[in-house]
Amino acid sequence: MRDVSIIGIGQTPVGEQWDTGLRHLAYHALRDAMIDAGVERVDALYVGNMLSGEISAQAHLGALIADFAGMRGIEAIKVEAACASGAAAVRQGLIGVASGMQDVVAVVGVEKMTDNIGSKVTAGLAEAADADYETVHGISFVGLNALVMRRYMYEYGLKHEDFAAFSVNAHANGANNPNAMFRSPITEKTFLNAGMVADPISLFDASPMCDGAAAVILCPTDLAKQFTGNSVRIAASTIATDSVAIHDRKNPIWLQAAEDSARQAYKLSGYTPADIDFFELHDAFTIMSALSLEACGFAEPGQGTRLAKDGEITLSGKIPISTMGGLKSRGHPVGATGVYQIVESVLQLRGDAGENQIPNARVGMAQNIGGSGATIVTHILERNN
Amino acid sequence: MSIMKPSKPIGIVGYGSYIPRYRIPNREIARVWKEGRTGVPIKEKAVPGLDEDTATISIEAARNALMRAKINPQDIGAVWVGSESHPYAVKPTSTIVAEAIGAVPNTQAGDWEFACKAGTEAMQAGIGFVAGGMAKYVLAIGADTAQGRPADALEYTAAAGGAAYIIGAAAESLAVIEATYSFVTDTPDFWRRPHAHYPSHGQRFTGEPAYFEHVMTAAKTMMAETGRTPKDYQFVVLHQPNAKFPARAAKMLGFEKEQWETGLLSPVVGNTYSGASILGLTAILDIAQPGDKILAVSFGSGAGSDAFSITVTEHITERAHAAPTTQDYINRRKEIDYATYARYRGKLLR
Repeated sequence: MRDVSIIGIGQTPVGEQWDTGLRHLAYHALRDAMIDAGVERVDALYVGNMLSGEISAQAHLGALIADFAGMRGIEAIKVEAACASGAAAVRQGLIGVASGMQDVVAVVGVEKMTDNIGSKVTAGLAEAADADYETVHGISFVGLNALVMRRYMYEYGLKHEDFAAFSVNAHANGANNPNAMFRSPITEKTFLNAGMVADPISLFDASPMCDGAAAVILCPTDLAKQFTGNSVRIAASTIATDSVAIHDRKNPIWLQAAEDSARQAYKLSGYTPADIDFFELHDAFTIMSALSLEACGFAEPGQGTRLAKDGEITLSGKIPISTMGGLKSRGHPVGATGVYQIVESVLQLRGDAGENQIPNARVGMAQNIGGSGATIVTHILERNN
Repeated sequence: MSIMKPSKPIGIVGYGSYIPRYRIPNREIARVWKEGRTGVPIKEKAVPGLDEDTATISIEAARNALMRAKINPQDIGAVWVGSESHPYAVKPTSTIVAEAIGAVPNTQAGDWEFACKAGTEAMQAGIGFVAGGMAKYVLAIGADTAQGRPADALEYTAAAGGAAYIIGAAAESLAVIEATYSFVTDTPDFWRRPHAHYPSHGQRFTGEPAYFEHVMTAAKTMMAETGRTPKDYQFVVLHQPNAKFPARAAKMLGFEKEQWETGLLSPVVGNTYSGASILGLTAILDIAQPGDKILAVSFGSGAGSDAFSITVTEHITERAHAAPTTQDYINRRKEIDYATYARYRGKLLR
């Protein structure tokens, strides 16, 4: 099994890209990543995307994007794992390189949520849940997460304002990210005054619907030096699954798949939570931030919000999260998000994170969640130099 | 040069408005559909009564325009009604209006459609018709009884009302139109198929790529090519589907609140669609002084914007109050509840 490194990254700004279509977004990110890596061709392309069929009446993205990007004929497929599609595609790319079957691989995550009206997109997102046993009852994806948040608040005696720090931190960091959808800091007051989407999830608990594409180029670590002095090693890449339906989970307010994939990632990389310099977690909803911190060993059960309130999640805290804005402020173009998290991790490890730079960042963790926690992909990345 | 200037000076000889008296507050609509929760876009909207439609609204507005113009209706050479709620798909509204005001039989008549800018394009064509010597006067009307799909965001604003403009020689006009401009693209932000009772729309797509792109470009082009800046105008009036869009667009163009607030009626009458920007213009003309300059920009989904650069003449003084003002119609108000509104708007199946 070969060791794998990232030699190039690319991303488009996240937002309502009215003038840019699905294949164009993917092409821009892919092209930028290939230029960054200094490669003109790749052996294979993995495309991470969740909703292209529902929203744009377009499946078959592997072949479509390979061709549009000028790489007609190469091996190319789409990878889908709900909102974890992006990181899952990176893992497939890694497996291709690690196995020795592919040398230079491109992975692009792309999502175009604004090509359809709200109700269609909401119906598409609900496909991440269990159709026969959850969605059939009429619950939306936000509604499911609201139930989890409600139960968590009840079990641990928390109030809505206890989650404000996650949103405030995300927006503070997004303000310095030129590719972020929202670039204005917010105050706790903004958070508290926000209207409810699905009680207790308010507008500022939830990440936005948006468009974006991000890409990475992978190759064996041994070859990386030929391309760049700035490569980043993937020290661990793991996926764990859990029941899709929340009511089938052993503990509905515990991300078992996060604990499992993180534990495996720590074992493979040799790192522990104390070694992690920053954590690009899946803050689709503030409750997910709290649960992710707990399941990955950064906080005790029920103490995720405490960690946030104590300021430990900010750039200068013990475990900085959402360092470039996270899903909340940078945005959550669902199938692309997992690749954005890895691209941002690479920026941190290269020292290219600008005003959001974690000083001497050496080891970072990125975790992408599919659905309400049924597929969780964890990557641990470290500097090669 | 993209803007259009007539070969002879042309202007507005008379104008008139009409707004139905019934009003349903937004909080009443929210009471039914959202149990009163969340914000609403405007205060209230105008609802046509059981015997009102685009034809009746057009006739009232036209009569008011004639009262101000003081011309013989037989001298009107064209009667054009722009609307997206013509009572018939086939059978012109314009002939009903022409007959009612005594303009028949020696007159051109035709119905216009381009979503909310159907009235302003009739005005533009009227300028050319008069300048070309085809008619002494053209009556151009924009009026609508817009239907809002129950529970849809647009139900809060889809309203009824209209304005009529008699276009003629500048020498007889209370306001001269120095130039006009049309900016159009194929942008399907809002549409209705023939069999559909309610229109469909692209939600957020109706904002930046539709309304703002066309209104802003039309306004900027008009100002650039006439060599004017926002401070040259005493008033600006834009298409007003709600309260936020026109205020934001005016601000982005560089106008101050004092310039756009007189013409912004949507908070209290709703979006009168083909009547919207031109109803706002009547409210400005009702209080304008000789020499005042007005920039008016409509927007029609599909999409396009018509811009007009207007200078008020001394004739405004004796004509503005020759007919009910738009404020008179705004003040004449009878509040109704959702059940009455549903009945008046034909939403109850029998």
